[in-house]
Amino acid sequence: MTQVLTFVRSRQGKTVIGFFAAVVVIAMFYAAQPQVTQAVLSSTIRHSTPLILGALCGLLCERSGIINIGIEGQMLMGAFMGYMVNVWTGNLILAVLASMITGALLGLLLAYMSISLKLNQVIGGTVLNILAVGLTGYFYMVGLTTAGKLTTFPLGPLAKIPLVGPVLFNNGLITYLAFVLVFVLQIVIYHTRWGLRTRAVGEHPHAADTLGINVIANRYINTMIGGSIAGLAGGFLTLESVGSFERMMTNGRGFIALAVMIFGNWKPFGAWGAALLFGFAIAMQTQLNFMGINIPHQFVGMLPYLLTIVVVAGIVGRARPPAAEGVPFEKE
Amino acid sequence: METETTSQNRGFLRVLWQTIGVPIGAIVLALLFGVIILLISGANPLNAYAALFQGAFGNSTAFVRTLEKATPLIFSGLALTIGFKAGMFNIGAQGQLIMGAMAAAFIGFAVEGLPWYIHAPLALIGGALTGALFGMIPGVLKAFTGAHEVITTIMLNYIAINITDWLVGGPLQDRTTEILLPRTPRIFETAMLTQRRLVDQGIIYIILAAIVVFIVVYSIKKWMDWKEAGNDVRSFFTAYRSQFLLMLLPIFLLGLYILDFLHIGFLIAVIAAFILWWMLERTTIGFEIRVVGTNIHAARYAGIRVALIMILTMFLAGLMAGLGGAVETTGVDMRYEPGFNIGLGFDGITVSLLGKMHPLGTIPAAILVGAMKAGANTMQFQAGIPAEIIDVIQSLMLFFVAAEMIVRYVLRMRKDGTEISLTSGWTK
Amino acid sequence: MDDNVPVLEVRHVTKRFPGVLANDDVNISLKKGEIHAILGENGAGKSTLLNIIYGLYQPDHGEILVDGERIDLRSAHDAISHGIGMVHQHFKLVPVFTVTENIVLGSEVVKNGLLNMREARRQVRQLSKDYGLAVEPDTLIEELPVGVQQRVEILKALYRNAKILFLDEPTAVLTPQEVQDLFKVIESLRERGVSIFFISHKLKEVLQLSDRITVMRRGKVVGETTPQEADEKILAEMMVGRDVILTVDKEPANPQEPVLTVNNLSVMGDQHALVVDNVSFEIRAGEILGIAGVQGNGQSEFVEALTGLRDVHHGEMIINGKTMPFNNPRVLVENYVSHVPEDRQKHGLVMPYSLVDNLVLCTYYQEPFSKGIVRQEEPMVESAEQLVEQFDIRTPSVTVPASNLSGGNQQKVIVARELSRPVKLLIVNQPTRGLDVGSIEYIHSQIVAIRDRGTAVLLVSAELDEILSLSDRIAVMFHGELVATMDRAEATREGLGLLMMGVTGN
Repeated sequence: MTQVLTFVRSRQGKTVIGFFAAVVVIAMFYAAQPQVTQAVLSSTIRHSTPLILGALCGLLCERSGIINIGIEGQMLMGAFMGYMVNVWTGNLILAVLASMITGALLGLLLAYMSISLKLNQVIGGTVLNILAVGLTGYFYMVGLTTAGKLTTFPLGPLAKIPLVGPVLFNNGLITYLAFVLVFVLQIVIYHTRWGLRTRAVGEHPHAADTLGINVIANRYINTMIGGSIAGLAGGFLTLESVGSFERMMTNGRGFIALAVMIFGNWKPFGAWGAALLFGFAIAMQTQLNFMGINIPHQFVGMLPYLLTIVVVAGIVGRARPPAAEGVPFEKE
Repeated sequence: METETTSQNRGFLRVLWQTIGVPIGAIVLALLFGVIILLISGANPLNAYAALFQGAFGNSTAFVRTLEKATPLIFSGLALTIGFKAGMFNIGAQGQLIMGAMAAAFIGFAVEGLPWYIHAPLALIGGALTGALFGMIPGVLKAFTGAHEVITTIMLNYIAINITDWLVGGPLQDRTTEILLPRTPRIFETAMLTQRRLVDQGIIYIILAAIVVFIVVYSIKKWMDWKEAGNDVRSFFTAYRSQFLLMLLPIFLLGLYILDFLHIGFLIAVIAAFILWWMLERTTIGFEIRVVGTNIHAARYAGIRVALIMILTMFLAGLMAGLGGAVETTGVDMRYEPGFNIGLGFDGITVSLLGKMHPLGTIPAAILVGAMKAGANTMQFQAGIPAEIIDVIQSLMLFFVAAEMIVRYVLRMRKDGTEISLTSGWTK
Repeated sequence: MDDNVPVLEVRHVTKRFPGVLANDDVNISLKKGEIHAILGENGAGKSTLLNIIYGLYQPDHGEILVDGERIDLRSAHDAISHGIGMVHQHFKLVPVFTVTENIVLGSEVVKNGLLNMREARRQVRQLSKDYGLAVEPDTLIEELPVGVQQRVEILKALYRNAKILFLDEPTAVLTPQEVQDLFKVIESLRERGVSIFFISHKLKEVLQLSDRITVMRRGKVVGETTPQEADEKILAEMMVGRDVILTVDKEPANPQEPVLTVNNLSVMGDQHALVVDNVSFEIRAGEILGIAGVQGNGQSEFVEALTGLRDVHHGEMIINGKTMPFNNPRVLVENYVSHVPEDRQKHGLVMPYSLVDNLVLCTYYQEPFSKGIVRQEEPMVESAEQLVEQFDIRTPSVTVPASNLSGGNQQKVIVARELSRPVKLLIVNQPTRGLDVGSIEYIHSQIVAIRDRGTAVLLVSAELDEILSLSDRIAVMFHGELVATMDRAEATREGLGLLMMGVTGN
């Protein structure tokens, strides 16, 4: 009995219970209103995708010791470049790659500022953001047309399962990529050489250094890969979700992604759960309007931002970021 | 004697270079990169920059427009700067400014029948306090939960936008026009910061006279102290030179104001900057804020109540930003209408860093950025170049000034003496 | 292999940093199976030399030979590949990793692209058995006591087949008993063919353990000797270059009324466990109470709790009959309590600020330094200049930033500030850590002087000699408890050493 109680009180216990509770609630809603439930859940997935990708980017960078405030900028530039390549070539795969490369390049810039110039990383990220807003605003021209966007494609028989099928298994390429990346990153961080070394670099870079690990290279590479994931998040917006570009369309998602990362305790699966939660909050905004509930839409629109503040204020004290993050590495 | 003055002059130049060298270098580099971007997009950089300059300084209207744009930038810059002094990164200046602007508009149109010397100041104070209370929120969160102010202030920016959007679309909307627009009604004349009022009432001349009298009395006192200490005449002038020049500044500004070359909001901003500078350098509270920003452990050791200082600092920062919003409303817009560039306080960051995180430095920095904004429309109109190039150049300026400062800081930490110790990481 | 060829040789190594010549034409050699001590004060250049040999720095001149062959060391990798292993003074262990993860980091065992931790664990167990260094492969480093952490560090080097081992101040954080354990380990390593360099500034240990001793001073090698030829006094003189007084002259104490009474003080540490456990004691005016103990037994948290820098779980603190609130350093200042903190750069000074500002750090808000909220420049400068002269602080002026000063002078600034106001209780924590001999002597004399003027002094130090030479009464802290209190006359080195290790003899 005591073993059961300990489990229930533990963090894993609470997650498992929460998960089952959610399943039960969803099932109940589905029984009552199948269409609405499905719509809300699909919407949740759609809204959570850029968030989980952004959070994975932040997570990778921070695990190796670099705080990335510039996720917003990387998303925006990725969205823009993906869009432009789509306009120029009509080749969606190329466009997706373009958005990832853009993100990686911005990641390189952030890495350069943080590692080689030893700039304060928050300022560095802010520079990225302003640069992205400026460049995308300047080079954007209204009235361009694209060949189309990434359509959803069902994953065979899995898509036929009621509720779960259409929601999880009938999505676009980038959404599937996001699912896959969560698993990939979980394995890489905890079960590969690279992951072990990255974590060491983020916790105690000098220990890694004296064992012959190249701290600088590790940070550069992780920041660039993270950047490409953030760029992918931007690509999702213009290539799969909305289909076109708009100035400042990221609208703070990059920052919400940071809250998702913290809420998920810098772990890929944790971040996924948090992203779904936030995605749900955003999805509710449109849903409440449809349901005719008479709350001014701005109040519901504030929900994700308020939730972020609550998370950051409530969780941070108890969560544990990588110990050496934010501190430029200097040989002793 | 001669060698003394030349070496003093050389020393003066070197000090000057040390202080403004970095920002100037950053600006020049950014403008150069701007040339490259313009060339890439097929524009003519010379035309662009010429039109920009024309729009900012070409004639007296342009100049006033520049100062008008500079005014909220000074306030945002101050809001950032004071945050930096306590080690906090206040990106929420934009949100605090909006809330202040909104509050000032409300006081401006909702209250009737007050004389101008009560209504206008009331609007300003109301705006400032609203911004201050809004700014206090991230301060309280940081002090008691350790929540990183970068995230909380940015979130609050979006929340502020949502709140004000709702207010101007709902309860505070202007119902007097046929077509309903999302904006507040116009504020009453008694709440406006009109140019000529102080001049017409003759008050300005009284103030001017008072300042002149003060300078004369102060100078005589300094002269007498100097002689009493047994020093000679010529060295008095060299020692006293910089102080004297500084004191002439208010006269210069008031003169510009009288000649209609100045926007009164600008004057208020400059005064605010000076007051903030005095507070940071010469008071115990300023000392406490700076110690918290430089070494939070030593601050605790010194008996400083760190949580209180954090909250107070954010209160002051919000106060500055709110005042800036209020000045915009009562001095320029005469109502509240959303349409602020959602720069998310980035302008304030650029101004603050270009000004080397010094309250007085925000003034020239704000004039520079304001000039770019003022000239941008002309540039778009005359040379056909999208105004967003300004954002790009601004972010480049930010990059260069931050990079140079940090690089110099790392290499010459012993000599510089002023530390930038912004919080890093998510925990306290 | 010719036994006369040194296994490691350093020839004419010179290394200059901006402003300081850290290593000046250094020549040292290490014979196979030898235990060779490098002795020197702080700043003598020992750590720099070690870092050069480990490939972390490049020398400006000179060469390094392993087994008679010249080698090029550009990184830690190179050093490791030549069989050189290093155990740093400040352990390079990742606290949130396990023992195994720390040992294999950088040389991981891999299967199918993924980490093979099972095999790694097996290898660690084997290694641990072979060398007699007991460790549990799956424990987190942050849960291990310091002595065991050190074993992990040694295993790290042995895992990479180190035949030459460097130990940098290995006993700095160990209890006397753990030190003896370490010595046994070093002997057994020697038996297995490992040659060892160890750096220390502790004369007794060097004499006990080493085969040869090289003394460095100010970057140069000033002499080489053996334990047979030298004793503590000779070694001390070689290190410092002049006759050194190893004890402090003082008159017997004359304690008066109690100044500080602490009842049942308990403090929670950072890992959510009690690090100070129900401590009670009393100090009288005119006496020095020395708290001895190995670092990490709660002393830092204890002092922080008393001086308002840390939350207190429960307890009572009474100064001159008044109960003091915790968490309020200002109230203490106003009740004539002065505190010289353990970490001078963290708590004691604001490094980029001038001496003027640092000297009023605790009193800036009082008259004459401020009138209301407006600070008064002249009184602050005047006071600073007077203190600089009175305490012999070496500085070009009072307006330079504190970071310009040497460690000893920085500490003098703190001492000057704390002793320049009326003091009834002085709390000093590791007052002479990292200081040169001259500063140490000065600060010790200041502490004794203030005691003679009737102040109560609480001295906390990890240096047993400092405690023994200054204290009138001595208490020992172990695992957060005061396990014994006694008069100085009753205390012996050996007795204190056992108490510091938790052996109460009951």
